[in-house]
Amino acid sequence: MAQANVATEREAFVQHHFVNAEQQFDTAKLGMWIFLVTEILFFGGLFCSYVVFRTWYPHTFMEASSHLDKLLGGADTVDLICSSVTMALAIHYIQKGNERMTMIMLGITFLFGAAFIGSHAYEWLDEMSHGIYPGKAYAFKGISGSHAYVFFSLYYLMTGLHGIHVLIGMGLMAWLMVKTKRGRFSAKYYTPIEITGLYWHFVDLIWIFLLPLLYLVD
Amino acid sequence: MFNLGKYFLPPAKSTFAHNTDALFNFITNTGALLLLGIVVVMIYFVIKYRRRSDDDVTSLVDHNTTLEIVWTVIPLILVLVIFSWGFKGYYTLFTPPQDSYEINVTAQQWLWKFHYKNGKTTINKLYVPAGRDVKLIMTSKDVIHSLFIPDFRVKHDVLPDKYEELWFNAKKPGHANLFCTQYCGQGHSNMHADVIIESQKKFNAWLKKGANGSSGGNGKPQGMSQAAYGKQLYQKNGCSSCHSTDGSKGVGPSWKGIFGHKVTFKDGSSKTVDENYIRQSILNPGAKVVKGFNNVMPTFQGVLNSDQISAIIAYIKTLK
Amino acid sequence: MESKETTNTTKIKVRHFPLDENPPHHYANWQKGIKSWLTTKDHKRIGIMYLATITLVFLFAGTMAILIRLSLWNPANHIVAAKTYNILFTLHGTMMIFLFLVPGVPTTLGNFFIPMMIGAKDVAFPRLNLASYYIYLTGAIFTVWAIIHGGVDTGWTFYTPYSIQSTTHVLPMTIGIFIIGFSSILTGLNFIVTLHKLRAPGMSWGKLPLFCWGIYATSIIQVLATPVLAITLSLLIMERVLHVGIFNPALGGDPILYQHFFWFYSHPAVYIMIVPGFGIISELIGTFSKKRVFGYWFIAISSLAISFLGFLVWGHHMFVSGQSALASTVFSLITFLIGIPTGIKIFNWLATMYKGSIWLTTPMLYALSFIFLFTIGGITGIMLGALSVDVQLHATYYVVAHFHYVMFGGMLIAFIGGLHYWWPKMTGKMYSETMGKISWFFIFVGFNVTFFPQFILGAKGMPRRYYNYLPQFETLHRTSTVGSWILATGFLIMAGYLIYSLAKGEKAPSNPWGARTLEWMTASPPIHSNFNYIPVVTHEPYDFHRPVSEFQLGLVGSEENGHDGGNGATSPDGGTPVVADESQS
Repeated sequence: MAQANVATEREAFVQHHFVNAEQQFDTAKLGMWIFLVTEILFFGGLFCSYVVFRTWYPHTFMEASSHLDKLLGGADTVDLICSSVTMALAIHYIQKGNERMTMIMLGITFLFGAAFIGSHAYEWLDEMSHGIYPGKAYAFKGISGSHAYVFFSLYYLMTGLHGIHVLIGMGLMAWLMVKTKRGRFSAKYYTPIEITGLYWHFVDLIWIFLLPLLYLVD
Repeated sequence: MFNLGKYFLPPAKSTFAHNTDALFNFITNTGALLLLGIVVVMIYFVIKYRRRSDDDVTSLVDHNTTLEIVWTVIPLILVLVIFSWGFKGYYTLFTPPQDSYEINVTAQQWLWKFHYKNGKTTINKLYVPAGRDVKLIMTSKDVIHSLFIPDFRVKHDVLPDKYEELWFNAKKPGHANLFCTQYCGQGHSNMHADVIIESQKKFNAWLKKGANGSSGGNGKPQGMSQAAYGKQLYQKNGCSSCHSTDGSKGVGPSWKGIFGHKVTFKDGSSKTVDENYIRQSILNPGAKVVKGFNNVMPTFQGVLNSDQISAIIAYIKTLK
Repeated sequence: MESKETTNTTKIKVRHFPLDENPPHHYANWQKGIKSWLTTKDHKRIGIMYLATITLVFLFAGTMAILIRLSLWNPANHIVAAKTYNILFTLHGTMMIFLFLVPGVPTTLGNFFIPMMIGAKDVAFPRLNLASYYIYLTGAIFTVWAIIHGGVDTGWTFYTPYSIQSTTHVLPMTIGIFIIGFSSILTGLNFIVTLHKLRAPGMSWGKLPLFCWGIYATSIIQVLATPVLAITLSLLIMERVLHVGIFNPALGGDPILYQHFFWFYSHPAVYIMIVPGFGIISELIGTFSKKRVFGYWFIAISSLAISFLGFLVWGHHMFVSGQSALASTVFSLITFLIGIPTGIKIFNWLATMYKGSIWLTTPMLYALSFIFLFTIGGITGIMLGALSVDVQLHATYYVVAHFHYVMFGGMLIAFIGGLHYWWPKMTGKMYSETMGKISWFFIFVGFNVTFFPQFILGAKGMPRRYYNYLPQFETLHRTSTVGSWILATGFLIMAGYLIYSLAKGEKAPSNPWGARTLEWMTASPPIHSNFNYIPVVTHEPYDFHRPVSEFQLGLVGSEENGHDGGNGATSPDGGTPVVADESQS
């Protein structure tokens, strides 16, 4: 029943408790989907806090939001969407067995991620230079509503948590690039790239929700 | 009549209490009956169907939809009855009657203050008229507390920066305990107050006394010595929550042996404890805080009058 | 050429694989040395490591409890200072809930037996499983750090604003719990995927042992609820460190919002704690009545119903908190509804015993105790769900008694029953049945003497988290304290005979209880790869009328070489293996 030639090639990456490569691949994908559901609930708590406070201080939120740089926010959005495209391309190329193009696509995705982080670092530093800090340290006088620091606290928390996820994603890209270089992936086995792709698309999606909530309140 | 519930509950001193008690009793008695039934069946089965040999053949019956439906529907009906009953009672508790007599309550770590409309304030003593709807309007100065009078069957959390209400109607003159029942830190278990229910006439008389803001009900009983009076004030005004008299460190310094003793303050200065220092500590506690303690003591300005402060000083002097 | 099949079944060949009672090596000794344990990917070894760790946690948290009861001997407490008492009950609650009960059954008995029960060689993600253990350990280290440096005094609920202002070590404690939460999420994730993807041929959802259904329902809750705890704790940490103003009223925040967030996790958490217990009881009652569990689908689906409804009742912890009357009403109604699927299980288990063949072993004694104790816990839960009565009973000892009856009298009793049931399989040794029954007696009596008086205390008005009390409550408190000593004695006896059994116990056969689920179709203890063939399932898990040999069927051609297995089973053509065909090999 077993095909010996297929068996030897599968042995290397099919773990002992799986019957075959397909079962292993399906299992990995299901695992990553469930993990993403937990992430939705994790971010959900922050979104919920945001909704509560925006309901209580709608005018302050509007005013505070106008102090965020919409252009930068827009650029960040384009950046992440492009990175999702290059991530999808990385998967496309490895499915074709083209390891060189996969490396390039992973690298470009990494760079898009770095640009996102850089842009946020710039934004945060710029805000802090105006006295906009989270919580008690808030010292900006330019907003008339009394609870503007709540908006900015939530802004820092939400973009901060999202940023951590982008950094983790970048780490994963780098690791994938190392493994691709070492020839660990092929058209038959590219599961880590597939599931990292799922994660990366999710991180992009969260940003698509953050953008209007933080930058486009009016 | 079979009523287990009555062994559980305290005396019912409010007009509403019987309502809560009736539902409590119903659930307790029905629950006990159900438990008894389950135990009897269980023991019966264990004996009747005990294993006789390793080759016992057992019944293959593994479901019975009718039975399943019956024992789902009957409990469902029961719980819906209990739900409606509880909801009705809750609604009554949540809706203070229109002309309730209002008393303001401030909870703080770790005592209760009651403010009457005419300006009178008491600490840890809630005077209420009997046979009248009373509404408490409550707020906290710091963390979340909760006001609980078991004999009246009432309870509500007391929140900072907000007002919460509860109401009751105490049937007859007497006494009830009032507890804080939301954990609020070190002195949580010491936040006890006395509810003193007086007839309307006696209540009015009490209310008029000392209406300029100083605490009534704290009046010195005839023939009591200064020091003994001071001890009574110590116990009834929240001092005992934070200051021990046996030397053990509490939220505040122990009173044992402090009179005539030198203390060092947070700012480095020091002083020998005398009458003036004690008076200042009672009226303006934040002015000088002893090293090793925090600035958490509330002021008793408007609560204890000069005579009472003197009595407390006399008591402290006896604590060598 | 056959006509095209309309179903996606594949015909497969099976044969009987006789059981080797004495393989040369088993999972615990085929590889030796501490490194082989610390770097293991074997779900069974990971289960044992978790078991050892949470036993230590239980010992510590249990000692806290003994000290608490001791200090309540006198109304005017002078045994410990107030702050110490507050730290004791906070640590007791935090460790028992987050470090013992929540991981409890899934990481120990779940890890060990879920793969075996479904005929798999491991969980879906063995490396993630090991990582979960180390994540748990890391979180535990943070909490130990907090304890060594003086502990926390906020209560396990960390209500704001007090938890924001407390000078105790709230930060390392909450960070520790946050980290442990990840362990819980990953464990749940692993089990969901394992149950979906790694079931042996023939093991349809309707043939899963009910313990698997219990773990499945639990895992769903773990995965959905725990992230909310994570964000709640993160926000609390941010509040303390950065003063963001979300929960602190002094900064425009809302402490009731904290309560909503906190209970949104913590109510489902109690179902994380109890639902595996339901699974264990089904196994025990089935095996020791030698009968199919009555109403299999009702029990399986009711666990899922509880998982779902459990997310909708969190506000029943907040009836007097200041939330609206409408919210309280809705929460009360749904709370009653969730009592129904919980309650009918009791009837199903009793019906299982009807016309069965009942063997009163130690595990069975615990299962029967569960029925009694959990019924009391459940009825008192109904009591607390009734709005007007809850006004009286909220935050009193009545609540303390209720949750100890369900958590201890329910979950812990089920855990101990499961531990004794599966002890021979995990360790290869039998414990002394007499000692088991003696210890049970101490625990059962001690438990009731400790906690039943607390119902009376609470109804009479004794608030919780009090380190001293009015003299009228003295007798009841003292009775409860004496009960705690009886309980402690029971546990000491248990530790004694279980440890003794490891050294000197009689060797256990593969199937001492005559069960029919797959884990019993291996040697005691099992070999590293659980089965050295791919099992094929043709019967339901409680088919006691069928001989044991019919549960030892496996795929022809799937034999492994050697008994220290793991060089990869050869496998059929892939596709969806479903129909087992008992044709000649």
